Amino acid sequence: MPKAQVTFEDIGVTVTVPAGTRLIEVSEKVGAGLTYGCREGECGTCMMKIVSGSEHLAAPSVLEDQVLKDIYAGASNRLACQAQVLGGHVVVRPG
Amino acid sequence: MSAPVAVVPGQPVAIAADVHWVGALDPDLRQFDIILRTANGTSYNAYAVRGSAGVAVIDTVKAEFAADFFARLWACCRPDEIRAIVLNHLEPDHTGALPELLLAAPQARVYLSAAALKMLKGIVKDGVDESRLVVVDEDTRVDLGGRSLRFLYTPYLHWPDTQCTWVEEDGLLFSGDVFGCHFCDARLFNDRVGDFRFSFDYYYQHIMRPFREHVLSALDQIEPLPIRLVAPAHGPVLRDAPLSYVRRYRQLATPQLANEAGEREKTLLVFYISAYGNTARMAQAVRDGAEGVDGVRVSLYDLAGGDAAPFVDLIEEADGLVFGSPTINGDAVKPVWELLSSLTLVKVKGKFGAAFGSYGWSGEAVGLIEDRLRGLKLRVPRPGVKVKLIPTDEELAACTTLGRELAEHLVGRAAPRHIDFTAPGALVA
Ligand SMILES: Cc1cc2nc3c(=O)[nH]c(=O)nc-3n(C[C@H](O)[C@H](O)[C@H](O)COP(=O)(O)O)c2cc1C
Ligand code: FES
Ligand SMILES: [Fe+2]
Ligand SMILES: [Fe+2]
Repeated sequence: MPKAQVTFEDIGVTVTVPAGTRLIEVSEKVGAGLTYGCREGECGTCMMKIVSGSEHLAAPSVLEDQVLKDIYAGASNRLACQAQVLGGHVVVRPG
Repeated sequence: MSAPVAVVPGQPVAIAADVHWVGALDPDLRQFDIILRTANGTSYNAYAVRGSAGVAVIDTVKAEFAADFFARLWACCRPDEIRAIVLNHLEPDHTGALPELLLAAPQARVYLSAAALKMLKGIVKDGVDESRLVVVDEDTRVDLGGRSLRFLYTPYLHWPDTQCTWVEEDGLLFSGDVFGCHFCDARLFNDRVGDFRFSFDYYYQHIMRPFREHVLSALDQIEPLPIRLVAPAHGPVLRDAPLSYVRRYRQLATPQLANEAGEREKTLLVFYISAYGNTARMAQAVRDGAEGVDGVRVSLYDLAGGDAAPFVDLIEEADGLVFGSPTINGDAVKPVWELLSSLTLVKVKGKFGAAFGSYGWSGEAVGLIEDRLRGLKLRVPRPGVKVKLIPTDEELAACTTLGRELAEHLVGRAAPRHIDFTAPGALVA
């Protein structure tokens, strides 16, 4: 099975997950401080900062891009309910 | 002899030259938004601001009071004079008459925040012609002829859409719910009405307090303004010493309890409740473990001995929270839930949390508390400790470890961990 690693910097936890996992599927299980509202890529509550490894995330959808723009997100921000990790090692934190 | 009444049916009330209150009184209301009570009803304050080039209407009223609003509005302007409709806040108590106003003044443009634009469809179900909508920012200026409207970006007071409107030429701040209160008094002006101080504070505590940081950033913008009058969306119009209400907000938004711990110390609060002393012994162990970590000040509280309110004040300032509850009838016990359900009054997002407790056979309490902590947007980095009946020395040691590890998270010294979710079924669990 292709795998990927994600580090939740705010709690110092690294997880190994199957490639294709969305961050929302693991962040709550490990107790990271990423929070969700709509869970469908609409409200922007789950905005996170990609500290490194953004190239290992699937490109944002049109919807995610629009929401990020609406909430004045920076270039290193993504929505945790949408972002899907494809491989390698991604480091994230809330914000 | 009674004091002069400002508000009479069908008549607008002048609050400044060519500026009128066109709101409605709701003296019989006793409960608002489910979460607030009021001994004095409320008012829905809307305003009409006239310049030489036309009129701006700032907010409207709750739907049931639309007739009052329009009677007052049409007594001070014609529909075709309205150039601007300003929406400081989309909550239905201020947008109930909006659909009718949009129809009555089809030439008027609607000025609102970017966040309000996204919610408008949910409020005006037939939609609004997009060409009428203007999303404002700090540079927007609506010239009414001789006076103009500017907008302050003050989100989350108390919805994402909220903003304030500022008329620089006259020093008028139309503040929306900020500086408002549920206090209905036909004398309208703060120097005439009855004593509304507790209503003002109560409104802050129940509506604004969860957004304390947003209040502080709004005050940073509001305090430098040369304000002559504050016209909020509920309660008295603040024309006498308006800045004293701005100062009161600054006081209210400043932490209630001065932090005993210094800047460099983190605070961890351990709350527990215990029928036979098992959860109580676990609480001691959690505390002992946390106390061994440098830079963390730990406090232990028995929930059987206190009301939720003062604990909420402590929690607002704390960095970490641990809750201990036995499982009784398949649940954590009521004092724990009472405290946890009071936490929507303060901001707890991002604090560290954990749970522990003794149980007899099913042990639901710990997991339910952890779910609630996550629901409150805390970080819950360590699984809680559940102990069947009387804790052994080993089980108490697990509590000590939980306390120590959570404290290490508070000071940023937690050991990194690795979890493998690729084992079959791991993600489903
Ligand atoms: C004080 C207050 C706080 C609110 N907070 C939230 C919130 O945090 N998230 C949300 O999605 N909606 C929030 N809302 C919006 C309500 O859920 C929304 O107005 C809803 O339509 C009310 O439903 P009801 O008519 O059944 O009362 C809040 C509303 C009020 C009055
Ligand atoms: S939770 Fe709403 S956008 Fe992700
Ligand atoms: Fe409101
Ligand atoms: Fe309101």
